[in-house]
Amino acid sequence: MPLLPAEFADLERFADWVLPTEPQRYAKRLASAMPQMQEFYDTAFPRLEDAIAYCDKFPLTDLPEDARALLHLMQSLVNVSFPVEVWKQARVPDSGAAMVHLIREPVV
Amino acid sequence: MSHFTKPAAGSWTEHYPELGTEPVDYTDSIDPGFYEDERNAIFKKTWLNIGRVERLPRAGSYFTRELPAIGTSLIIAKGTDGVVRAFHNICRHRGNKLVWDDFPNEETSGTCRQFTCKYHAWRYSLEGEVNFVQQEKEFFDLDKQLYGLKSVRCEVWEGFIFVNLDEDAPPLAEYLGPLVTGVEGYPFHEFTEVYSYRAEIGSNWKLFIDAFAEFYHAPILHMKQAVKDEADKLAGVGYEALHYQLQSPHSMISSWGGMAPPKDLNMVKPIERVLRSGLFGPWDRPDIAGLDPLPAGINPSRHRAWGVDEFEIFPNMSLLFWAPGWYLTYHYWPTAVDKHVFEANLYFVPPKTARDRLGQELAAVTFKEYALQDANTLEATQTMLATRIVSEFPLNDQEILLRHLHKVAKDKVKEYRDAAAAR
Repeated sequence: MPLLPAEFADLERFADWVLPTEPQRYAKRLASAMPQMQEFYDTAFPRLEDAIAYCDKFPLTDLPEDARALLHLMQSLVNVSFPVEVWKQARVPDSGAAMVHLIREPVV
Repeated sequence: MSHFTKPAAGSWTEHYPELGTEPVDYTDSIDPGFYEDERNAIFKKTWLNIGRVERLPRAGSYFTRELPAIGTSLIIAKGTDGVVRAFHNICRHRGNKLVWDDFPNEETSGTCRQFTCKYHAWRYSLEGEVNFVQQEKEFFDLDKQLYGLKSVRCEVWEGFIFVNLDEDAPPLAEYLGPLVTGVEGYPFHEFTEVYSYRAEIGSNWKLFIDAFAEFYHAPILHMKQAVKDEADKLAGVGYEALHYQLQSPHSMISSWGGMAPPKDLNMVKPIERVLRSGLFGPWDRPDIAGLDPLPAGINPSRHRAWGVDEFEIFPNMSLLFWAPGWYLTYHYWPTAVDKHVFEANLYFVPPKTARDRLGQELAAVTFKEYALQDANTLEATQTMLATRIVSEFPLNDQEILLRHLHKVAKDKVKEYRDAAAAR
């Protein structure tokens, strides 16, 4: 059963990045190898504008399930953009043992 | 050669001659005795912000705060009369912590009609009166009037809830003074989309304020966050603020901030170009009243390149306003001389569209990337300060707020010690 709208079938293979909360997205980022994230980014980034346009057909507070899944996928894209565009690694360089936890967030 | 005008005295620091310009002794960040006195001299005597009124939307809304710095746990509750009150989180019967969920040391929040102790079911109203004692007749002439919750002074300013353990402290507005109250009228209540972060940091609380109260480090520590040409340019130029202002014990820095939106889109990362957002927040100002013009206390030099103001509300709160129309707070809660809990809250206007939402997501994700870099540097600083190989450090004119913070902390502790010695 696909999670994403039919127009985004090309992103369905990244469905394990459909994660509603930042702690889940960040944990997956830390657990992922760079080639995995690079592939996700290379495929999803060119679809970002289309994904926004699709989601913006609906009120943000009343998204259909597939649009919500698409938005969660794009939130993961935002999270991996740092490793891919900047760090070339999952963790922030020189951040050592430091941890910063998101404890309250507006979940779509 | 300065890019921005400095005061006639020649520097921001010399404009406040009481600060001096000599190197600053950082023993105040490693000495356990100083830390203990700081808790008494500062944290138990000063107004402390412990949250915002939006966390208490209706009568019966409450949250708890664990505050090792002042040695207690507090309940903050909105009464049936709509008044926000603070109480020590202790049952008057045998001292059990009154409000907690599974784990007594974890904070909690919710809505209730009264507080019921888990131990023997004594009940307290939202206003703190004890209104039910289990098997009351088994007690000995128990006068319930005498056994209400222990209250703590609590005042609200612009939706920020402050508490103070000191019964003799001046009222909150007087304490905040004109520097801080100059931001009154900012539409804080519109910013109800909140991202809250927490980190346990292996450094003295003042060192993280130091890290965030100067932007001299930004072109260096965060160099890789800009594209290479931009980073090289920033490192070459260095950093200068538009304006600094002290009104002891508080202070502020007003800064330019050129990347929201950037002059040249090639200066920013691909994801920022698409989402029109980044560290400085979403580039497009939300459509609400109160942002133009801004209150007189914000962007005091009225500079057109203005990007962000940061107010250091002594002792442990930073309040930041970003030019594109959002704000954030930092709090630094000491737990030991070399440890503290750092909290950050990002406040946005609720997004109307998925595009808005993803822009805010990028700002929040970017904030965390920066905070991780800052936090880790601090642990490195703390461990080396603790060696006492070097104890005095030269601070430059762009580090004036640090010089001020350490001076205020030392003055307060000295005053406390002198008073104790005189007793």
